[in-house]
Amino acid sequence: MIDIVFYVFAIFTIGSALAVVSLRNTAKALFLFFFVLFGMAGLFIFALADFVAITQIMVYVGGVLILMIFAFMLSIKELLASIQDNSSRLFTLPNWQSLIVVLGFFLLLSFAITDWLATTPNWISANQKTQAILQPTDNNIEQLGFRFMTKYLLPFEVISIFLLAALIGAAHLSRKEVED
Amino acid sequence: MITLTHFLLVSAALFCIGMYAIIAKRNAIMILVGIEFIINAAILNLVAFSRYDRAEYGGQIFALFAIVLAAAAVAVGLAIILSVYRKHQTINPDKITDLRD
Repeated sequence: MIDIVFYVFAIFTIGSALAVVSLRNTAKALFLFFFVLFGMAGLFIFALADFVAITQIMVYVGGVLILMIFAFMLSIKELLASIQDNSSRLFTLPNWQSLIVVLGFFLLLSFAITDWLATTPNWISANQKTQAILQPTDNNIEQLGFRFMTKYLLPFEVISIFLLAALIGAAHLSRKEVED
Repeated sequence: MITLTHFLLVSAALFCIGMYAIIAKRNAIMILVGIEFIINAAILNLVAFSRYDRAEYGGQIFALFAIVLAAAAVAVGLAIILSVYRKHQTINPDKITDLRD
């Protein structure tokens, strides 16, 4: 039963991600991006990371997606034109070439994953033997709070300052230039 | 039973879709969406491995840090896209060829 729900979430996520990259219309693609993020939050819950899933929904759906839709609306003129001229390519490859590159990379990755997981890594089998793996009844949020306030206190404070600096920088970059 | 392989394969697929968006798209916002896909694939990997590590919770904590980093990256990236659009009237990365005015 739980397998079926997992497969449904995985297919939903990957299907909407494929739709995001294949749609011509950027507005539709951005709204489908929303579904991809929700599907990812569902997959996090299957890995027993409920707090990460909630954070994903709050940060991505609440913040990032709104920002993206704002940026899309502010630069809408160019996107409505949506000219597909292939005259000047500096970074982008044609679609079929990038498809070949990406499919090859996916085959490589999946081969590497199945090959590497043919034998379970030592630390995973050791933890499984001593029952040191997460159970669905564990209280993740309490444990995460303890870790953040003890072992990971310095990274936590550093990333807070970093986020503040990044947001001030973003506000500074996107303000209107004053003519002087 | 959902094993580690399932998570890693889903994450590999999402990574490759993000890579396709970065290589093939001619629109800076869609390229940023591709970068978000790649970051999300990495977060799924961290969370999947964290399930086997009850003592440390390292994966979940690092996943939360990665989410914050991704949010900061998006904020700065979109600010840069907006100011580039204001200067060059385009967000096609192929057409923005000089750094000076």
